[in-house]
Amino acid sequence: MSLYLLALLAAAVSGVPGLFLRRRGGEVATGLLGLAALLGLTASFRVLAGGSGGTLALRTAALGAPGLLVFDPLAAFFAIPVLVLAFCGSLYGLGYWESRRGNTPALRLVFGWLTASLVMLVAASHALTFLLAWEGMAIAAFLLVMAEDREAETRRAGWIYLVATHTGTLILIAAFALLARTTGQYGFTALPAGLAASRGGTILFVLFLLGFGFKAGILPLHFWLPPAHAAAPSHVSALMSGVLLKMGILGIARLLSWVPDPPLWWGGTLVALGVLSGLLGVAFALGQHDLKRLLAYHSIENIGIILLGLGLGTLGKSQGNPVLQTLGYAGALLHVVNHSLFKGLLFLSAGSVLHATGTRDLERLGGLGQRMPWTAAAFLAGSWAICGLPPLNGFVSEWLIYVGAFRGLGLGRQAWPVVILLSLALIGALALACFAKAFGAVFLGLPRTEAGARAQEAPRVMLLPMGLLALACLAIGVAPLFLMPALGRVVDTLGPAGGSGLPSLPGLGAISGMALALGLLALLLWRWLRPGSREDGLPTWDCGYATPDARMQYTASSFADGLVRGLRWALWPVVHRPKVSGWFPRPARYEGHVPDPVLDRAAAPGLRFGVRGAALLRVAQGGALPVYLLYVLLTLLVLLVWMVA
Amino acid sequence: MLPDLLIALTMLSNFSLVATSRVSKAIQFAVLQGVLLGLMPLAMGLGRHFHIVLLAVAAVTVKGWLIPFLFRRALKQVHIQREVDPYIGYTVSLMLCALGTGLSLLLAHNLPLKPGTEYVLMVPASLATLFTGFLLLVSRRKALTQVVGYLVLENGIYLFGLLLVEDMPALVEAGILLDLFVGIFVMGIVINHIRVAFDSTDTRHLAELKD
Repeated sequence: MSLYLLALLAAAVSGVPGLFLRRRGGEVATGLLGLAALLGLTASFRVLAGGSGGTLALRTAALGAPGLLVFDPLAAFFAIPVLVLAFCGSLYGLGYWESRRGNTPALRLVFGWLTASLVMLVAASHALTFLLAWEGMAIAAFLLVMAEDREAETRRAGWIYLVATHTGTLILIAAFALLARTTGQYGFTALPAGLAASRGGTILFVLFLLGFGFKAGILPLHFWLPPAHAAAPSHVSALMSGVLLKMGILGIARLLSWVPDPPLWWGGTLVALGVLSGLLGVAFALGQHDLKRLLAYHSIENIGIILLGLGLGTLGKSQGNPVLQTLGYAGALLHVVNHSLFKGLLFLSAGSVLHATGTRDLERLGGLGQRMPWTAAAFLAGSWAICGLPPLNGFVSEWLIYVGAFRGLGLGRQAWPVVILLSLALIGALALACFAKAFGAVFLGLPRTEAGARAQEAPRVMLLPMGLLALACLAIGVAPLFLMPALGRVVDTLGPAGGSGLPSLPGLGAISGMALALGLLALLLWRWLRPGSREDGLPTWDCGYATPDARMQYTASSFADGLVRGLRWALWPVVHRPKVSGWFPRPARYEGHVPDPVLDRAAAPGLRFGVRGAALLRVAQGGALPVYLLYVLLTLLVLLVWMVA
Repeated sequence: MLPDLLIALTMLSNFSLVATSRVSKAIQFAVLQGVLLGLMPLAMGLGRHFHIVLLAVAAVTVKGWLIPFLFRRALKQVHIQREVDPYIGYTVSLMLCALGTGLSLLLAHNLPLKPGTEYVLMVPASLATLFTGFLLLVSRRKALTQVVGYLVLENGIYLFGLLLVEDMPALVEAGILLDLFVGIFVMGIVINHIRVAFDSTDTRHLAELKD
């Protein structure tokens, strides 16, 4: 526990020395975050290896319950991605942000706060500490999103985020108050059996799902996510997408851990939301031109996959099937860590691209593979992992969910295993298409702009964290067997199911063997097929033209056009397509984009309507002080009369 | 007996406050009211508590000396003597004040008091003073008269607080005084700034500041 608390402290103060130091403040902050990561990871590994975590408690039950922070296996598990990504992000920020102008010390300070809030949040075991850390996280993230508030787009993203997160917090406050009324205390404890199926249990579930759904970016509540992730500095986007969203998942997991007997429809709801988020997330990602928005939609997709796992586990829990429960929860929780690793990697490499070329627009990028080989390799590794391909880590967690769903098939005539299997497969295929588009448009072909042609490889301080994350992805993908005892302990906190059976799962050793074989094969192929010399000067895209140029290659839009058009019924793309006619048509301009269904079609128009309605209230704002005082007097009078009468 | 007399005088000074058009008269009445209320704890026979005596001395000093001193300085700076053309005329103000006093008597009749409280007039008087303060704030135009309104409002709150003076820690009472002092101080600065910015202390000009 003391290690954990020291890590919390080190993270919280990491930006403070930078306020006073004239230079090297960033290095000090990164060093402190590295120290925090070292301490916190030691504490986490100790707990995950079976040690006891410890509790921070008040002497008296002054706040309704004594325990404030409990470092249990679930907390230890979620602390890992927080600390790893915070350290990597801070290191990356040294190269990425320090060279830009702007409020660097403030950014570092708030980055430390965000890390500290996250570290505190994972172990919170009291409604008060939970909400405190939750708000600290939300506000610190808001400040970080607003880092480049000179741009109107950033300000808009920041405000949308703030409104969404506070709506979620309000719902959570109501949910915790209701929970405290049911259990009689504000500490986190197991709920009595039978409560979940009652009406109060239903209200609790819906409120928690809404509150945590806003943070996790579950589909109808995801609308703050793409603009905020696109606007934030890239290392912040990595932390937000990798860890911040997962706190919503942590909340849902905590809720599931309190409930001994979830009704069947809880799992069904989670599966349905997972299908919705997963499929639509990846479909909307296909239609994006902005690299970071594309990655943000993929975060929604991966939250969908995690929800599928959680839903599967919950279905198993309510049917009393420990195998399904273990496999579903293990897949979901492992995917939480995996997603933060590879999404962090992807956002950091996208940041390098932005750093080198100054644009996130896929239509203006291209040909960076030759100029930035390491960044390209990192992005490829991340794409590989996110598509769930072996031998990287994305495969392992999705495989656990697949195995669970296949086991579910044997349980009789139920629809949900089929739904889970089909949507997982579809998500994987669409993700592959989307990353083929993203990688191809950014790194292959010829550069489309002058800035792209002059792009240079990112500095070593930015490549190092990317390498660390890629190595972590590879390690989990190649040797999943070593993780299973720890993962089993985490799964056990979600309900007694015998997570210790996880290591004996067949096929885990085969994954390692297959991964090694695949790696060897890839290495051999690379040796054989490597071009002998690049002196022939031929561009990648030739297409049989005599003088090919960059405009002849596939653009990101044209690559994805078939799929976007096929998914027209779901995406509603807006296309401006001029009619080309005659023998000598005039120059024409083609344009298309995919607006977000919730933000651009529902929330923003609704908000505009609300603002117009609120303008009617301006009559009351006369500007004269006596009139305002009159309002006070009238209120006072009415209250007095109402109280007395 | 003595407390009831003081309370009656306080209520009478309310009427004089809303009926006078002279700014300096209004200030004098407000100061008088403040001093009367400052003496209240002593009249209530609480002289045996040291901190209450201290409180009374502080209240009388602030309300009887410091505040009039600040007012005189402000008056000298802004050169006004009369509240001309208020939002609500003097006769109507007087009637409203009477109405408010009647209403507070009626309301206080229904408010449950701590059993054994001897000063039944205290609650209606404090409510009436509150209303008077509000009336002054709402109906007057000059910033200076509005400050007088705040002062009377605070007097009402103070009177209400006296009901609990034995139970309430002195800290809270001192807080009220400090609050008041800061209020006057800030308003003094604000008045000066309004005058500098708009060349008048008419608060109507503040309406230009709304967005």
